[in-house]
Amino acid sequence: MENISFKIDGRVCSAEKGQNLIEAAKQNGIFIPTLCHFKHLNPLGTCRVCTVKNNGRTIAGCTVNVEEGIDIEVNTPELLDARKAILEMMFVEGNHFCPSCEKSGDCQMQNLGYETGIRFTRFPHLFVDRIVDARPERIVVNQNRCIKCKRCIEEVRTNDGHRVFNFTHRGNNTVVGIDYEQEAKLSETQAEHAMHICPTGSILVKGKTFGKPFGDRQFDFGPEGKMIPLKEVKKHKTTNKKKRIATTSLAGCFGCHMSMLDVDLGLLDLLEVVEFNKSPITDIKTFTERCDIGLIEGGCCNTHNIEVLREFRKNCDILVSVGECAIWGGLPAIRNTVPLEDCLKEAYLNSMTSEKGETIIPNHEDIPKILNKVYSNREVVEIDYHIPGCPPNANHIWNVVKHILFEEEYSIAYPEFKYD
Amino acid sequence: MDRTQLLNKLWEYQQQFGYISNQAILEISKLLNVSNIEIESVISFYHFFHKTPTGKHLIYLNNSIISEFKGFDEVKTTFEKETGCTFNEPGNNEFTLLETSCIGLNDQEPAALINFQPFTDLTPKKVKLIIQKIKNGENVKDFCSKTISKIRFTPKNDKTVIFRNYRMGESLQQMQKFSPQQIIAKISKSKVQGCGGAFFPTGYKWQSCRNNEDDAKYIICNADEGEPGTFKDRALLQHLPGLLFEGMTIAGYATGAKEGIIYLRAEYFFILPELEALLQEFRNKNYLGKNILGINNFEFNIRIQMGAGSYVCGAASALIESLEGRRGEPPVRTHSATKHGYLQKPTVVNNVETLCYAARIIELGEDFFLNIGTPESPGTKLISISGDVAKPGIYEIEYGTSIRDLLGIEMSQATSPYFVQVSGPSGECINNTEFDRKICREDILCGGAFMVFNRNRDILQVLRNFMEFFKEESCGVCTPCRAGNYILTEKIKKIQRGLCAQEDVDEMKQWGKIIKLTSRCGLGKSSANTVTMAVDKFKDYFNVKIAPSNFNKTVEFDMEDAIHEFDSIIKETQL
Ligand SMILES: Cc1cc2nc3c(=O)[nH]c(=O)nc-3n(C[C@H](O)[C@H](O)[C@H](O)COP(=O)(O)O)c2cc1C
Ligand code: SF4
Repeated sequence: MENISFKIDGRVCSAEKGQNLIEAAKQNGIFIPTLCHFKHLNPLGTCRVCTVKNNGRTIAGCTVNVEEGIDIEVNTPELLDARKAILEMMFVEGNHFCPSCEKSGDCQMQNLGYETGIRFTRFPHLFVDRIVDARPERIVVNQNRCIKCKRCIEEVRTNDGHRVFNFTHRGNNTVVGIDYEQEAKLSETQAEHAMHICPTGSILVKGKTFGKPFGDRQFDFGPEGKMIPLKEVKKHKTTNKKKRIATTSLAGCFGCHMSMLDVDLGLLDLLEVVEFNKSPITDIKTFTERCDIGLIEGGCCNTHNIEVLREFRKNCDILVSVGECAIWGGLPAIRNTVPLEDCLKEAYLNSMTSEKGETIIPNHEDIPKILNKVYSNREVVEIDYHIPGCPPNANHIWNVVKHILFEEEYSIAYPEFKYD
Repeated sequence: MDRTQLLNKLWEYQQQFGYISNQAILEISKLLNVSNIEIESVISFYHFFHKTPTGKHLIYLNNSIISEFKGFDEVKTTFEKETGCTFNEPGNNEFTLLETSCIGLNDQEPAALINFQPFTDLTPKKVKLIIQKIKNGENVKDFCSKTISKIRFTPKNDKTVIFRNYRMGESLQQMQKFSPQQIIAKISKSKVQGCGGAFFPTGYKWQSCRNNEDDAKYIICNADEGEPGTFKDRALLQHLPGLLFEGMTIAGYATGAKEGIIYLRAEYFFILPELEALLQEFRNKNYLGKNILGINNFEFNIRIQMGAGSYVCGAASALIESLEGRRGEPPVRTHSATKHGYLQKPTVVNNVETLCYAARIIELGEDFFLNIGTPESPGTKLISISGDVAKPGIYEIEYGTSIRDLLGIEMSQATSPYFVQVSGPSGECINNTEFDRKICREDILCGGAFMVFNRNRDILQVLRNFMEFFKEESCGVCTPCRAGNYILTEKIKKIQRGLCAQEDVDEMKQWGKIIKLTSRCGLGKSSANTVTMAVDKFKDYFNVKIAPSNFNKTVEFDMEDAIHEFDSIIKETQL
């Protein structure tokens, strides 16, 4: 085999002629993120996460075979941002509720989210109603999580060579369709193989969904010692001797507040340098002074949430969305794909606990009105920083706060950066 | 059955029963020895195939932007009122109403296809009459519209190339005087470029197909004309189909291909009978078939393959996929079509207009052609003009003609033009400071569509129409195009609702750039062109939309809209 030399981001690399760029880069110690690329499959070129420049032309890296003298760009600011944007598109196009997903922690897409440092998506979530199909014999297909990478379409076949999956429809309605007849012919091993090659949690084998013990997940531990710097976070200049903090929980579960308390004795150290103003922790109901920083848990599901959020914006210099619900709606946003009327009827009229013949959906001028969907805080006021997690790790929260308020530099340990 | 026949087979079922049943899918998948899902995936890709029963009269109303501006809404409601059906729903036994993207009749909008017969210049009154006639049992074929487009302009002083006198067989007679290699030399020298939108040098394409030795080669004529606003290929197919057949034959002679395929978009079904009749005449006269014009061993045949409603199938690589009986997903490119094209054989894919030019160049000589136009783009170009002009139709213009001339009194007679869309939604928008730009390679190229909008037209409505088109027509295989075009459409809708800050406009542009940068094929690479350009070219327009940034750092939020649903639910249920 002929060896050739080529360049990645100006560095001279060598590989076998015609080798796939992703593999060739890996051998030279350069990581190009991919989702659809799979060992022995022909390049699919569907996810576009591996977008690189080849002699100045953008192309999916997985479709490039290296040749003598080619000049590849991988980690330019433009490409890094484009790659992140594509992942964000995947997050908003599907309905990825990491905290309630069986594959969380073992999901390749989620892991790339960590790798690229996605804290929030620049795009608003689309909340398209997608089905969870349990009709197949051995598997369940959760279309909410499918990113249409095409791996299963190309890889999973019956013993007589028939496809089990294929795309149906087109455009934004494209979905991976299942052939129930062929699926029934899959062996247990073949079905499990389908589950394993799915880069997200879209294909699950019935009865095998929690294969690994919780807390023993492959992506929970990043590269040893890897820290996520907080370079995008601006320092806050203030003359207050003791920094003032306000917190609130909107459409959240108070889990994020629990997590704030989870620094244990660290809280006492913190109280040396900060004081809490309006917050469930102090039970102060209205702002008594302007605050340096406001921490918001939960998104906006009713009119009261909107009012409180606007009040926080008015009274805090810096506003931080804490947790998935605050960032994009989170678990309460599961209702966003269901019409509001159905939600209210299910909750108040037809639920198991409602009285027979109940006709009243609670409403009164003193009760906040329910919004047509759960909104992220970004859609209502400007948010300065986002702390992902469900809930975020206590260290993550306080490191961000300390980084913003004090001169010292802090960073986030890789395992503290999570979406669940 | 051979997979390349799949689309034809599906058409048989569709036309006979009005839909393709599960039983039919089962039969076809047996014949092809593939799983059912594979057949379903093909059916659901194409707009004109249905998996559920449709009414006896299938009505497709065009929702292109020109149609929108010429009365789409009233026509649509009249159709609904008269038939008792709702658009984009299954309908009843008699009628099914569906919207469809541009059907190549932009000079005669609003237009619709009823059982694939054209009905143009629709008004509520006309629609009433049509439905009445259908209800009286008349056959739509008997009273459909004449669609032939007016040729509004041809260059003077013997500079017309296409729309001049045509005598059947003339260019073939000239062709036989030259060897295949000489023909390619003539085409290369003429510098004729592809007219399908990519402007690739035709001579180069033919040469590389010729150089790739193989036992079979193909000439494919791209008659998919999907770019909204374009109808010049239809005009050619209606005015000069013989010229196209001769062009294909010349391409076959030059490259060594024996088979030609015309991939005709299903929207043009109504032209098919005439084309088939003329093909037969060509065969009878030995302009097609074996030993054409007595040239030993020169054999060439042409067949027509109907598409089934997909814009992306106009992209050469997707077109080949479609011809092979698959979804029209542009494949990951490893080789050019001139090496591994249709059935992995060397293939030339050329636009209708390109092939017509090829025939004329052989007939009139390349020097004639080179004397017209500009140094970089000699010859003429067909432009289809529509929108706010007095004279919509087909214009054959010399390369180098300015946009101002096209809009002027001698040509289309536009009324206070404000926004001109060149080359369709995937092309470029032009504001009124740029009207002196010239149509030619040196300045701005035009694939054929030229849509004119006056001052009263809302730019956001235009942009939204374009983005809805791409969102629908994306093949769905790659993330940025599938999700990105959807996201961008939502953004435009938000701005239309009056919720716009400076960031929204900036983001529109940035997001468009990302889609362009990372998409796989030409569709995604050009879908956001107009949006990103319009933001800069129509600053005044957008500045009016932008709300000033506010001290409270709140974001534009429509509280009324957010609680409207709750209020009405309470009103309805709590009485
Ligand atoms: C999304 C997309 C749609 C296209 N649609 C058409 C079309 O409708 N007709 C056409 O002739 N070319 C179309 N093209 C261009 C073709 O890919 C190809 O360049 C052309 O048919 C080659 O012929 P030419 O060199 O004669 O122009 C399209 C390209 C793309 C990317
Ligand atoms: S850019 Fe759009 S049309 Fe082209 S391959 Fe990707 S999804 Fe399909």
